[in-house]
Amino acid sequence: MTAVLIIIVLLLVAIAIWQMTKIFELSQFNADDSQIATDKDNKVNGYLMFAFLVFIYLLTIFCFWEWGGVLLGTPASEHGEQIDNLMFISMVLIFTVQIITQALLHYFAYKYRGEKGKKALFYADNDRLEFIWTIIPVITLAGLILYGLFTWTSVMNVDEEEGDPIIIELYAQQFNWKARYAGNDNVLGSANVRLIDIDKNNMLGVDESDPYADDDIVSQTEIHLPVGRKVIFKMRSQDVLHSAYMPHFRAQMNVVPGMITQFAFTPTVTTEEMRLDPDMVEKVQHINQIRADKKADGETDNVDPWEFDYVILCNKICGSSHYNMQMKIIVETQEEFDAWIKEQATFKQQMAAAQ
Amino acid sequence: MSATSQAHMEDHAHDHGHHKQSFISKYIFSMDHKMISKQYLITMLFMGIIGIVMSILFRMQIAWPGESFKIFEVLLGRWAPEGVMDPNIYLALVTIHGTIMVFFVLTQGLSGTFSNLLIPLQIGARDMASGFMNMLSYWLFFISAVIMLLSLFVEAGPAAAGWTIYPPLSALPQAQGGSGTGMTMWLISMGIFIASSLLGSLNYIVTILNLRTKGMSMTRLPLTIWAFFVTAIIGVVSFPVLLSAALLLIMDRSFGTSFFLSDIFIQGEVLHYQGGSPVLFEHLFWFLGHPEVYIVILPAMGIVSEIMSTNSRKPIFGYRAMVASILAIGFLSTIVWGHHMFVSGMNPFLGSVFTFTTLLIAIPSAVKAFNWITTIWKGNLQMNTAMLWSIGFVSTFITGGLTGIIVGDSALDINVHDTYFVIAHFHLVMGISAVYGMLAGIYHWYPKMFGRMMNKNLGYIHFWITAICSYGVFFPMHFVGLAGVPRRYYTNTAFPMFDDLTDIQIVMTVFAIIAALVQVVFLYNFFHSIFYGKKATQNPWNSTTLEWTTPVEAIHGNWPGAIPEVHRWPYDYSKVNEDGEYVIPGQDFVPQHIPLQENEEELNH
Repeated sequence: MTAVLIIIVLLLVAIAIWQMTKIFELSQFNADDSQIATDKDNKVNGYLMFAFLVFIYLLTIFCFWEWGGVLLGTPASEHGEQIDNLMFISMVLIFTVQIITQALLHYFAYKYRGEKGKKALFYADNDRLEFIWTIIPVITLAGLILYGLFTWTSVMNVDEEEGDPIIIELYAQQFNWKARYAGNDNVLGSANVRLIDIDKNNMLGVDESDPYADDDIVSQTEIHLPVGRKVIFKMRSQDVLHSAYMPHFRAQMNVVPGMITQFAFTPTVTTEEMRLDPDMVEKVQHINQIRADKKADGETDNVDPWEFDYVILCNKICGSSHYNMQMKIIVETQEEFDAWIKEQATFKQQMAAAQ
Repeated sequence: MSATSQAHMEDHAHDHGHHKQSFISKYIFSMDHKMISKQYLITMLFMGIIGIVMSILFRMQIAWPGESFKIFEVLLGRWAPEGVMDPNIYLALVTIHGTIMVFFVLTQGLSGTFSNLLIPLQIGARDMASGFMNMLSYWLFFISAVIMLLSLFVEAGPAAAGWTIYPPLSALPQAQGGSGTGMTMWLISMGIFIASSLLGSLNYIVTILNLRTKGMSMTRLPLTIWAFFVTAIIGVVSFPVLLSAALLLIMDRSFGTSFFLSDIFIQGEVLHYQGGSPVLFEHLFWFLGHPEVYIVILPAMGIVSEIMSTNSRKPIFGYRAMVASILAIGFLSTIVWGHHMFVSGMNPFLGSVFTFTTLLIAIPSAVKAFNWITTIWKGNLQMNTAMLWSIGFVSTFITGGLTGIIVGDSALDINVHDTYFVIAHFHLVMGISAVYGMLAGIYHWYPKMFGRMMNKNLGYIHFWITAICSYGVFFPMHFVGLAGVPRRYYTNTAFPMFDDLTDIQIVMTVFAIIAALVQVVFLYNFFHSIFYGKKATQNPWNSTTLEWTTPVEAIHGNWPGAIPEVHRWPYDYSKVNEDGEYVIPGQDFVPQHIPLQENEEELNH
């Protein structure tokens, strides 16, 4: 039904445009038809330029007002704070520049609209002016570059010696994720796609003869992370490029067949805590309202109430089901994590069971 | 060399009209730069329509996921059973939309049309250095376009790995139907396209260096020509690298080599590939891919500079700074490609280097933006349609360019990489802006191309609706990106966290559909005016450059008599003597071929 309405609206818009052009053509009957802008055109379009400036400002305000709430909200990792800070500073800067330059551009277009007999100013050069607007971006950008590089270096520094990181392999295939914990020794057993044995359910190609692999734990459904402890993800793909995107943690790294990529972060907010975060509460309420409305309209898909969970998405085109390649991430206390991991079968037990 | 070819052309010019041209040699296998320019233009418009229709189709799918539309069934056939779009064709649509718009519309369409038209006319040459090579370039372009379009009808579907065709997805038919014959045709088409682009670019470079008329020093070139010149150089430097990437990919696909592939297990079997790296492909691809966006935007910048100056009745502000920024952008554009790969798994130190070089580009870009704004300051703005598009260009270029500071910063890119934020950024800064530049050029030089005027009121309608809709589509899109929505998702319904974005998607799609519909007004205006437009005068916009000294009826060899000699730079608008009177009394512009007048102050050009 919506589709029909939309099509009707579009048809009406098309007819309106067609009619408008007709009117314009007819109204030109007696006018000067040189097709070069006249003073009247200059005036009308000059005013429209000013109106357009207002439109840009209103659009900006409207978007923030209406859709400010859809953003990601509180970062759930240690470095997320740094990134959000840098993002905030950059945004303030670009909005300032945007507001000023758009104002100048459109205001000048309105103010200096042409009139017969008016003389433009022959103004071809001003070295000082040009120096000023070269040097100001240079200084501002130097600041941003330095700040950005410090942040980048500290985020990307994956140091296995520092702290007590937990090592997890993130394994990607069309179209799902798997996770392999390094176990008690915190060392991942070696693995290669050539060792994949579907009969024995060795889906990740872990090397059975490697003693480090014995205590590894494979999780096919969800990732559990203890809060406050650094996690180092070692990523491997078995088929095409994927990208491990964990937006709430401000984390992303491509997963590349043939090599191991890595990304490290420290989760700071448990799933339970995030569900109580005021912004998140509001967002979840809003979404559940939308879902309830849909249900009331008689729809059946995607109408059940939703509870917030962290999630990992695939963010590199990987094939037909790219849009649904996801896995749940659960951040919990160390005790809860220990309890969960204890219940999981180790790789050795798994292989023994498959014999 | 230049002297002899010039002399040869002089001879040639005298006997024009003596030999009769057949339909085929005049309209099809023409070697005349003006006709080739029109061939590019028409081909580009045709490809542009296809690209835009595709974008409307996938925008409808995103706004109303899984909904059945009659138009899907009509246009997509078996790819939309009962009117519901198939995920594979969704990916194919975004892939081919990107390919067509970037390469066939904005690269060869834009450069091919305006470099061909304007280089000989504005530098004062009878034609391109090699008319034959020019013709060859167009026909290779045409063949590559035909192959690209034919690939849409392949059984397993057209290429669908994204316009960046990263392997292994693009290399393995097991990974995706579109990576079979569809991808083979994509690669062949691009190979031919690159040959076309190289032939064209070499021709432009040689022509600009060798065939300038007497007095046309490099510092007297209009900014259009500077922009086309640097664009052609970037093309020659970077396109061969894409060719090598495409060739290696063809080898991996068809001859079992392992340049980009390693350790792959797919559909229950291990493939033999060993030791290659997809990251290598990304480097090769973006070594072209990034300069490519400047290949797209520089000509638009040149066109806009020229049109702004003419319609402001003022010289372009800071000519030398403008030339210097074009050169700086040209140089920097070749050393920033890694900013597409911050999270590709390459060494983070490289990421730091590329962040540094990338943010440097903001400097010449800022200089250009400020210079454009100063150019209209205290002008006498003639709001011709071309001028409106030029002002619109500066507006979208600023809006889109500023977010480059976000995505170009490696630390910030981590979380917005490959999301809709990036889509919004590059569509505004190189998509919309370049299209605006192109439309400005079409409206401005239409009288030169077809000897008739386009209807200005239809032009105004076209501009204002498009301007509003472009912002309506791409401004809200930033919010979708910041909410974490990845690009190239067939539907966002698999993630409840994106449910609250549905209404934004609908708003964007409705704006997109209106914008697409209003292009019909343009097409009508364009084709109608070719036959029924008002006859143009020789210099309708009172412009200073040489193309407006040629007769309205285009002739072979451009000028009936001798080629005019150039005595001044191209921006003597509203130049006054010390007594405050225009240099030529009663006329606010002094064309380039007019010698220095009495009492006139000489500038450094």
